[in-house]
Formats: sequence, C-alpha cells, structure tokens
Amino acid sequence: MPPAKNVIQVKGLRKSYGSLTAVDSLDLTIEEGEIFALLGPNGAGKTTTVEILEGYRSRDCGEVSVLGFDPATRGDVANAWRDRIGIVLQDSADGADLTVEESISHFSKYYSRRRDLDQLIEAVGLDEKRKYRVHTLSGGQRRRLDVALGLVGTPELLFLDEPTTGFDPQARRAFWDLIKTLKEDGTTILLTTHYLDEAEALADRVGVITEGKLIEVATPATLGGREQALAMVSWRDESGVLREESAVDPTSILRRLLNEFDGEIPALSVKRPTLEEIYLRMIGQSR
Amino acid sequence: MSRVVQALRIGVNRGILEIKQFNRAREAVVFTIAFPVILLFIFGSIFDDEIAPSVTFSQYFVAGMIASGLVNSGFQNLAITIPMERDSGALKRLRGTPMPISSYFIGKSIQVAYSMSLQIVLLLFFGSLFFGLEIPEFGAKWLAFAWIVLLGSLSATVLGIAFSSVPKSGRAASAVVSPIVIILQFFSGVFFVFSQLPGWMQQFAAIFPLKWLTQGMRYVFLPDSFATQEVAGEFELGKIAIILTLWTIVGTLIAIKTFKWMRR
Repeated sequence: MPPAKNVIQVKGLRKSYGSLTAVDSLDLTIEEGEIFALLGPNGAGKTTTVEILEGYRSRDCGEVSVLGFDPATRGDVANAWRDRIGIVLQDSADGADLTVEESISHFSKYYSRRRDLDQLIEAVGLDEKRKYRVHTLSGGQRRRLDVALGLVGTPELLFLDEPTTGFDPQARRAFWDLIKTLKEDGTTILLTTHYLDEAEALADRVGVITEGKLIEVATPATLGGREQALAMVSWRDESGVLREESAVDPTSILRRLLNEFDGEIPALSVKRPTLEEIYLRMIGQSR
Repeated sequence: MSRVVQALRIGVNRGILEIKQFNRAREAVVFTIAFPVILLFIFGSIFDDEIAPSVTFSQYFVAGMIASGLVNSGFQNLAITIPMERDSGALKRLRGTPMPISSYFIGKSIQVAYSMSLQIVLLLFFGSLFFGLEIPEFGAKWLAFAWIVLLGSLSATVLGIAFSSVPKSGRAASAVVSPIVIILQFFSGVFFVFSQLPGWMQQFAAIFPLKWLTQGMRYVFLPDSFATQEVAGEFELGKIAIILTLWTIVGTLIAIKTFKWMRR
C-alpha cells in the first residue's frame, strides 16, 4: 500500500467569539481512507472546528488544509474544492415540498462526479420513498436523504454530523453498514457523534475535544488507557450473593472460579469499561 | 466563459425547482397570488366613484395593485422566504455544495418573475373584466410598461435579498416585512389617491420605489388626461427610471455586502 496522505491537517487552530475561546491551539491529522470520530460535550468546540474545516467559518489563526486546500479560500477555486467534499449537516428541514428523487437529482447537477441516482437511492434505503415528498418521511428516512445529498457528488471526504440521531436500533445498524461500504470505497470520513457505540463501531480513530482542545487521539480500543483499565468479573457464589472483583488480568480470576465451581458459574460476566465510561471519565477529569 | 454558462445552467435548474416548490406550498401561492386579487375585489367594489373625469377609483386602484404586485412577489416574498430558508438549513446546505452563488440568485429571480407574471396577468384579467381597467394600445405605453416592470422587479428582487438579513428568524420574517409593505401601500397611492394624502406622507413615500411604480402604472393604465391630477402635474417617467435604477444599485450593493448563508 502507498503511504497514506493526510486528507485533513490542522495546526495550532484558534477561534474565539468575543472573550470566549471556542477552539484553542488545536492540532489534528486525518489520513486518507480512515473514519475519524470527533467526540466531545456540547460547547467543547467540536462544531466550530468542523465548520472551519467545512469552510463555513473563518479562523483566528492556525494552519488548516483539507484535501490540500485552505477552506477559508473564497471564490471559484473553493467551488472546485467543494466538488470533492460532501457535508451532511445536523437538523436541516429544507426542501420539504420536493420528492426524494427530485432533491437528489437536483443536487447531483452541482457536481462533476455524479453517483448513479438509482444506486444511490437504493444504497440509502429510500427506494420505496423515491416519489414521496420529503415532508412525509420519518426522521430516520429524512436523515438518510441528507446522507444521500452528501454523497451525490462521490466525495473524497465526507463530513457526517450526528448522522443517526433519532434512528431506531435497526436503522442505525443499516446506516453503519452503509458507512462501512463507503470506507471500503476509500472515502475519508470525519464523524461527529454523541453515540459512543457508534464511534466504536465505525471509527478507526477517535479524538476527544473538551474546552477547545483535543485532549487525546487514539483507537477506540486504546482511548484513555482503556486496554489497561480494570476489567470487572461478577458472578453469584454458592450462597446466592452477587460477587464482583476487578483486575487488570481478569483471566486469573476466571481460572480461580473454574476451579471453585463444578460446571456452570452462576451469572458469570466479564465487563471491560465501555468507550462511553472511558470517555465520561476523560471529560470529567478535564473539567 | 464556461463558468458563466455553468452558473446559468444551474441557475435555470434552480429556478425550475423554486417554481415547483412555490406551486406546492399552497400558503405561498394564496398569499402572493390570490391575496392581491381578493383586495382588488374588495376595494374595487367599495370605492367605484369617479376621482377625475372618466377615471374611477377602481381603475386607479388596479394600477396601484399591479405596482404592489412587483413589491409583493419581489421584496415581500424574498425578504420572508430567504430567512425561512436560512432557518431550515437550506442555505447552509447549498453553501456546502459547489453550486455557484450566482445560480441561487438566478433561481430566485426566475421564481420572482414567475409569480409576478401570474399576479399581473390575474390583476389585468379581473381588472379589465370587472373594474374598467383599459389595456392600452400597442406603443409607447407598452414600452413603458415593459421597462417599469423590469426595473421594478429588479429593484424589488435585490431589495428583498438585501432585507433578508434583517429578520432574526424565519418565523419573525413575516411579522417584520409585511407591515412595511402594507404601510408603504397606504403611503404610496395604492389604497388612497396619492395627491390627497398629507404632504409629509407623500414626501416619505417618495423616498421608496413603490410610489414611483404606482405612478408609472397610472401612466400606463389611466388616460393621459390624468397627468394633471398627479402631484407634479405629470407622470415623471424620467424620474421613475432614475429612482428605480438607484434603488437597484443600492439594493445590489447591500445584498452582496450583507447576505448570510447561516443562522447566528
């Protein structure tokens, strides 16, 4: 494999609104073909950072390169750059009176590398809804239309902002599968989400932002020292009392229990800290 | 050159899409198309006395309503719908695509032209059928009608875009914009005969385009003899052209400077 290029490169990014520093000397590198999840509480500077990368907001200082281009640039060159990215925004409610097909087909006219309309509608699972007006769609269907509109130009880089808010569990799984196929096609994806299980299921790397700073970047398995964190083994002993023991090496506890019990160990479970627990600990500490 | 063609092509596509959406949003159709016709029937039926030799108030009023139509479908329509599009995230989404900015405004202009034509045709139809409006013979008056509609719709369109940054939200837009239009209609010789209004009202109205549009439409649709009833004793076509052009330039500059794609 050729060495991965950096699709997004940010150095020393700063942005203030009046006396409030929203983003503070932030560094970030996202490689070609990876799914990067940006996590952080509301007001941590996540949205500001992403909107600067998307070209919506100006920055106070720092270097930003997205697909080798400075998103603060205006004019026709910026449109050539926008031709290569896809943006799926949060809570948009536009185009309610158009049909699914009309919306997607219209937006495809803006791009030079158009995806096949039928395939795209099929991929986002809106085949049965293609002739329906957008205002008749459910929240999840509406979101999938947003994704289709973000994908219609075959972007090299896709921004996904809270893509599965309001999805039922089944729709969420289907959506994750869609994102995974995009990754297989080589699309780089910057995901912001509040769902830690989503970040875990999709992301190659996650970054945690609090108070305008990126405090850690790691794989979901190693974030916040997760792989070394204590695992908890719980079971029910002979007298029916629920017992818990924590250890860095839970296998040793298990070995002991296997010797103690003949056959089944009642109510046995081994729990490692979830990404959510690690994340909450991290943002708790930084406060 | 190809960029210009591309912007135009996408702009026309946007225009078609805008018209589609306009037709499907029934409230908007009723508001901008049927409302002026309803007003025409109410005012035209109540006040049908002669205000000058062989000119009834109904005729005067139809001319004023056609002028108002330009302001409704240009200024009022855009100053209300653009803040709503900003709120719904439509503008932000568009800004994130490679759509040329000019295409958005080309699309808006096409939609304005469409709803304005519908409105004018309806007013001309009902006005001539029921309220004694006389469609002038081919010639100077048609020419004047053409450039007044063109300059009027241009100025109303750019001013609507310029004003779209004023309302704080899509919901507030209608409450901010509609009173301005209604007050201007009262002051500019739509609901009342302009020359009978208090002097300060006349002078205030003379700052804004609507007063000049109504005057121009009176030149087109009332007999030439009515010129003596105008405040200046004539229809002042030159002045109308200058003032509408000035507003178009000012509106364009403000629109370029202040247009916002995002909330906040």
